[in-house]
Amino acid sequence: MTMPASPPGRRSRTSFLRLLLLLPFVAMLWVSSYNSLTPTLGGIPFYYWYQLLWVVIAAVLTVVVYRFER
Amino acid sequence: MRWTVVIVCVALFALITVMGFTAARWRRGDLTLLHEWGLGGRRFGTFIAWFLIGGDLYTAYTFIAIPALVYGAGAIGFFAVPYTILIYPILYIVFPRLWAVCHRHGYITTADFVRGRFGNGWLALAVAVTGIVATMPYIALQLVGIQVVIGAMGVGGHGLLHDLPLIIAFVILAAFTYTSGLRAPAMIAVVKDILIYIAVIAAVIVVPIELGGYGKIFAAVPAAKLILAPPKGPTMGLYSAYATLALGSALALFLYPHSTTGILSARNGGVIRRNAAMLPAYSFLLGLLALLGFMAVAAGVAKNPEFAEGFKQYGPSFSVPALFLAAFPGWFAGIAFAAIAIGALVPAAIMSIATANLFTRNIYKEFIKPACSESEETEMAKLISLIVKLGALFFVIFLPLTYAVQLQLLGGIWIIQTLPAVMIALYTRFLNGWALLIGWICGMASGTWMAATLHFKGSIYAIHLFGTAFPGYAALWSLVINIVVSFALSVVFNAVASDRHKDTTAAEDYA
Repeated sequence: MTMPASPPGRRSRTSFLRLLLLLPFVAMLWVSSYNSLTPTLGGIPFYYWYQLLWVVIAAVLTVVVYRFER
Repeated sequence: MRWTVVIVCVALFALITVMGFTAARWRRGDLTLLHEWGLGGRRFGTFIAWFLIGGDLYTAYTFIAIPALVYGAGAIGFFAVPYTILIYPILYIVFPRLWAVCHRHGYITTADFVRGRFGNGWLALAVAVTGIVATMPYIALQLVGIQVVIGAMGVGGHGLLHDLPLIIAFVILAAFTYTSGLRAPAMIAVVKDILIYIAVIAAVIVVPIELGGYGKIFAAVPAAKLILAPPKGPTMGLYSAYATLALGSALALFLYPHSTTGILSARNGGVIRRNAAMLPAYSFLLGLLALLGFMAVAAGVAKNPEFAEGFKQYGPSFSVPALFLAAFPGWFAGIAFAAIAIGALVPAAIMSIATANLFTRNIYKEFIKPACSESEETEMAKLISLIVKLGALFFVIFLPLTYAVQLQLLGGIWIIQTLPAVMIALYTRFLNGWALLIGWICGMASGTWMAATLHFKGSIYAIHLFGTAFPGYAALWSLVINIVVSFALSVVFNAVASDRHKDTTAAEDYA
């Protein structure tokens, strides 16, 4: 079964901004940079709130890349 | 028996049962075609795909096992957060390409793609068998999630009576998956995820108030558990273990058949890209849920005689259910437990569908009955989805739980071995089909061997380079072996007898 090609113009362009998506890998695989109790945030040790913060940062980076490529 | 909890749970279960069966008529399609039954007609938009893939990846087992790991072992259990951060850049970059080529050629499974790309039925068989074998224990573990919750409701009994609630849940699951296909978990995922969000958000607000704030919660946990023990001597210690666990798990996740089934059911590549930005909401939720493990420590649930029986039976897995029972009124605990139990049904349904698709397309049609019609193909897939679930049920009732846990651990090591044939092949046809097959064999053998030296109890294997030890996820180390072998042999095989002419896909199919 062969489907017709997607209509021209709908195809997304890829961009150098995709390099931004490497940042979460650098940040998260560099474990010694965040293996610390301090500074705490609202009583939560750094180790935990920093990694949770990166969930948000990574999502924002993806939005940035998506908006540019659309 | 905790009656309020039971009544709320049963009511919610009845609701999703009705939904599961009506789903057959939702976005109506010809359910005798495999891509309609097994991929929901590839018609799900951003919103439904968010619920479906979210409900698919963040399983009930995850929701029980991750807080249990944090509760028991502390900081290492938080690897689920970097793991579920790293899956989304990969999803964004790689998987719209897979979607495009599968849509163009009518592929239902990754093994279909491998068959088309390499023209090699044996390599496709290797990919399909790996997928099936890695998924089976995963389905069984979903049942464990249901069992813990049933235990927490105080539903007791011995022998067959003990397993009866689980059997009923599974018969319902099997029946609506059979009739409605992927539409059923898609519809149910919406209800389940809303319940999960309500339960977890309420917990991370209410429990700290009851316990006197986050500061007090973390103060109640032994300091050694709060961060990873820094490595001492010539070893990367827990640092390389933590990083490789996150990276290896992230690379493996979308190779699992249930993940690709979720992705391929999207309407277009844009749906996948948008979801790469939206799905992290679940990762955040999982992070909060992991913290519930510490809250359970601080609340001292293990010392409460009311929960002694539960901990005796289920170990640390009982920590989060116990926390909900201790901190909330019965009806709210009922909502949380229903969310977990229904949360087990969604991925279990998708996993059984994905396994059925693989068996039907890449084993039955390829090797047993190539001439089967489209409706015969679908009938076979529906039948297989039943057999797969029965197998999982049998596994959980008659075999020790440790088997399922160990097999699931091995499953992660095995499934990652399909990465070169699937993910790398989306970018280059340099690799030779036979070289990939030999690379796969080397990866499977070395990964299994590493796990065997650990007596199948863990997956952190230390390799030694330049006098330093790098303890790391065996899946990642064996993948490196697999990739090196695949590339090296491809150079040789391409020179002697290239198989590139067998590629039935074209460069423009991937955009």
